[in-house]
Amino acid sequence: MPAHANRIDVGDLNVYYGSFKAVEDVSMVIEPGSVTAFIGPSGCGKSTFIRTLNRMHEVVPGARVEGKVLLDGEDLYGADVDPVVVRRQIGMVFQRPNPFPTMSIRDNVLAGIKLNGARIRRSESDEIVEQSLRGANLWTEVKDRLDKPGSGLSGGQQQRLCIARAIAVQPDVLLMDEPCSALDPISTLAIEDLISELKKNYTIVIVTHNMQQASRVSDRTAFFNIEGTGKPGRLVEMDDTAKIFTNPSVQATEDYVSGRFG
Amino acid sequence: MTITTTDVQTPPNASSTPAKNRAGDRNFSWATRGAGMLILVVLAGVAAFLLLESLPALSADPADIEGGEGFFAYVWPLVFGTLAAALIALIVATPLALGIALFISHYAPRRLSQGLGYVVDLLAAIPSVVYGLWGIQWLAPNVRGAWQWLADHLGFVPLFTGPASATGRTLMTAGLVLAVMILPIITAIAREVFLQTPALHQEAALALGATRWEMIRMTVLPFGRPGLISGVMLGLGRALGETMAVAMVLSTGGFTWSMVTSGNSTIAAEIALDFPESAGLKTNTLIAAGLVLFVITLAVNMAARRVVTRRQAFSGAN
Amino acid sequence: MTTDAVPATATGTLTHRRLPRYAPAVTLALSAAVGAGLSAAVGFSVPAFVVGALLAYMATITIAAGVVEGRRKAVDRLVTSLVYAAFGIALVPLISVVWSVLANGLPRFGAEFLTTSLRNVTGLHDQQAAEGLAPYIGGAYHAVLGTFLITALATLISVPVGLLASIYLVEYGRGRLARAITFFVDVMTGIPSIVAGLFAAALFGVLFGVGTRNGFAGAVALSVLMIPVVVRSSEEMLRIVPNELREAAYALGIPKWRAVVRVVLPTAISGIASGITLAIARVVGETAPLIVTAGFTSSINNNPFADWMMSLPAYVYSQAMRPLSGSTPEPSLDRAWAAALTLVIIVMALNLVARLVARLFAPKNSR
Repeated sequence: MPAHANRIDVGDLNVYYGSFKAVEDVSMVIEPGSVTAFIGPSGCGKSTFIRTLNRMHEVVPGARVEGKVLLDGEDLYGADVDPVVVRRQIGMVFQRPNPFPTMSIRDNVLAGIKLNGARIRRSESDEIVEQSLRGANLWTEVKDRLDKPGSGLSGGQQQRLCIARAIAVQPDVLLMDEPCSALDPISTLAIEDLISELKKNYTIVIVTHNMQQASRVSDRTAFFNIEGTGKPGRLVEMDDTAKIFTNPSVQATEDYVSGRFG
Repeated sequence: MTITTTDVQTPPNASSTPAKNRAGDRNFSWATRGAGMLILVVLAGVAAFLLLESLPALSADPADIEGGEGFFAYVWPLVFGTLAAALIALIVATPLALGIALFISHYAPRRLSQGLGYVVDLLAAIPSVVYGLWGIQWLAPNVRGAWQWLADHLGFVPLFTGPASATGRTLMTAGLVLAVMILPIITAIAREVFLQTPALHQEAALALGATRWEMIRMTVLPFGRPGLISGVMLGLGRALGETMAVAMVLSTGGFTWSMVTSGNSTIAAEIALDFPESAGLKTNTLIAAGLVLFVITLAVNMAARRVVTRRQAFSGAN
Repeated sequence: MTTDAVPATATGTLTHRRLPRYAPAVTLALSAAVGAGLSAAVGFSVPAFVVGALLAYMATITIAAGVVEGRRKAVDRLVTSLVYAAFGIALVPLISVVWSVLANGLPRFGAEFLTTSLRNVTGLHDQQAAEGLAPYIGGAYHAVLGTFLITALATLISVPVGLLASIYLVEYGRGRLARAITFFVDVMTGIPSIVAGLFAAALFGVLFGVGTRNGFAGAVALSVLMIPVVVRSSEEMLRIVPNELREAAYALGIPKWRAVVRVVLPTAISGIASGITLAIARVVGETAPLIVTAGFTSSINNNPFADWMMSLPAYVYSQAMRPLSGSTPEPSLDRAWAAALTLVIIVMALNLVARLVARLFAPKNSR
């Protein structure tokens, strides 16, 4: 059980790129310590939406949201809230592994801490490195080459390095945007095992286009859909994973999970 | 695999840095913006100072200007010389550059292409003053005979009227040195452009049974036309502004139509030769001439950029 | 049922008459002979021989191909020979320049040349040396020092400004200011070098009095030429850094400026360093701006902020155009060539360093 609650409440969220509405009226609750999967056909807005949970959409000029995202009752989009601080509490892992090429494995793990100008003693940093790499199931494989470049690892190892890097700053929530789509099946399995261990300490939200993965890994599943090109994406149904995949309430959900479209 | 359960703590210094981050972000972004604005200021400064120091010459009594007939009379032979030398350079360099670029992209063995590219780039790395020296010592004596031949046999054409220069240091020779200098510029751009022709189009032409030249004429040249034009205009801009090659090679003098005798001068050469010892109004006159050159090269460069942007919409890459 | 829908032809539909493979070589040999004959008529000069042979070759091969292979193939062969000829012609100045610099520069080049200046060296010394009565003296140390000081100052000015401006264009700039900067940087790349020199001369004239000549003014002139090159190449290198790296840094909660300085810049640094080295190589050979700002002198000057300062390109220029001795210009010309050789060596070395830096210090991708 996690030490404290890190629950996300989303209320009537709309996402705009300029004047184009990309995602419409999403409301959901994500319970602490759970794994929630977002599924849906491509272009339905699930990646766009997940990026609003740590305000990453703001790196695209002209992107904005209307609505609320509460982390333990605190609105991420409040007037005085610094997006940089938000991102330290809500971490993200991306589709393609992207360790910093000029840094060693060690420095990659510590990047979130050291690049903020924090000064920590060597012993403390060693501890953080080991803890994070163990947390990402990567320690035994790289403990002898911590000073080698991060880009020298295989794809699956690189992605686990990125996960280690993300958890080193001890976020409350971990967002994962299709983390396995660039990996081979064996690495994918390794990451899925990792997710089931990570959920003991973090709330996890994962976007995936692989329905089998969603059913393996998540407790709750949210199905997003889009009515047509140019229309905004919407949250169609959100429920326990087992129910979504065996007996969904909405016809569109049923059609998607049984492969009739998407 | 055991994971130590720790209390979820805030990351070190997380709460103490928000204000500092904002300051850091603000300072840095202002520093970069300041550097950008400094560039604008410098350019405005160039224009402003040139204007400032040119005004005395532009507004002075015509009799005081060199030559006694006013600024316009002083500067137009220089403009003619500048344009003539650049034109000679373009006429000589462009077909050669086209041929060389085609050779590297389509005729030479693949393995040699990169090396050949380096060789042509070597020409670009040589400083202009070395070309000037080479022009005086090697080229001028060696082309003297050709200019003599032209004066003897085609002397009825105003461009070639004799007597041919005994040293070979004529505007034509200077134009040739300029051609050698702008050749690598045009070649580099042409080569880039030719190499980027979509293989798709080239193969389509070959599949129709075209010979190599026909394929080039059908696909490579049309695709590369905007890039080529831009390259030629950049070369022109360079030739217009080039100083040392002309100042050293050309035996300067007053205006004359003939390209095989000494005489004529370019703006840049005139400034280089006269500025160090000039004073007073003469200095202002030279700066005014520099302003004229600046305007001409500016116009050429801007036209070159517009050609590229306008034609991008129609390029074969779409 | 008729067979043989394919019409019978004498030569078959897929084969064509072709010139034998040795045809170009044979034609070349024949043309050489013709060229020799032609040039003999005009008076035995190498260019006449080459031109004659070339024209003879092109005419012969085209006509032969036209007769045997058909018009289209003939045109193709003609173009092929033109393209090869163009390349050959381009090699002439390159080889000639390199050869001239080496052959004429090496005799005077050496430790003595690089460590002495022209102080107190006069035309008389040159005349005596030419007659064998005294050793050749006079070197270019003051010019080498001057080039080093002026170029170093110019780099010190241009690199921070250029780098910061390129960071602005890539990481921050979105609106009109960025577009204006991009446009004017483009304009700046086309400023003739003499105009940049005039600007610096005019600026210093207005600020410090007419006729101010010092190394610093030269450095300012060179900066005007260097800054746009640094901006352009740094901009390109920064744009190559994949966006995912920036996103990874932001997602870790790293503020933007730290992300740029600690992640983006280090990733692009090898390309940027290479670009800066090439910019240095370009301005090290600039003569015109230095003639009108730093001027000429025969003595060593350590202080770029006062007095005339000699530079290598100005040295070449002055020795070539104004030999110390009017009657015996050869020693001055020899010095000019030696200085030219020095300059070419420096430029080539810088180009080599630029390529090495780009290759060796790129972010490592190997295991």
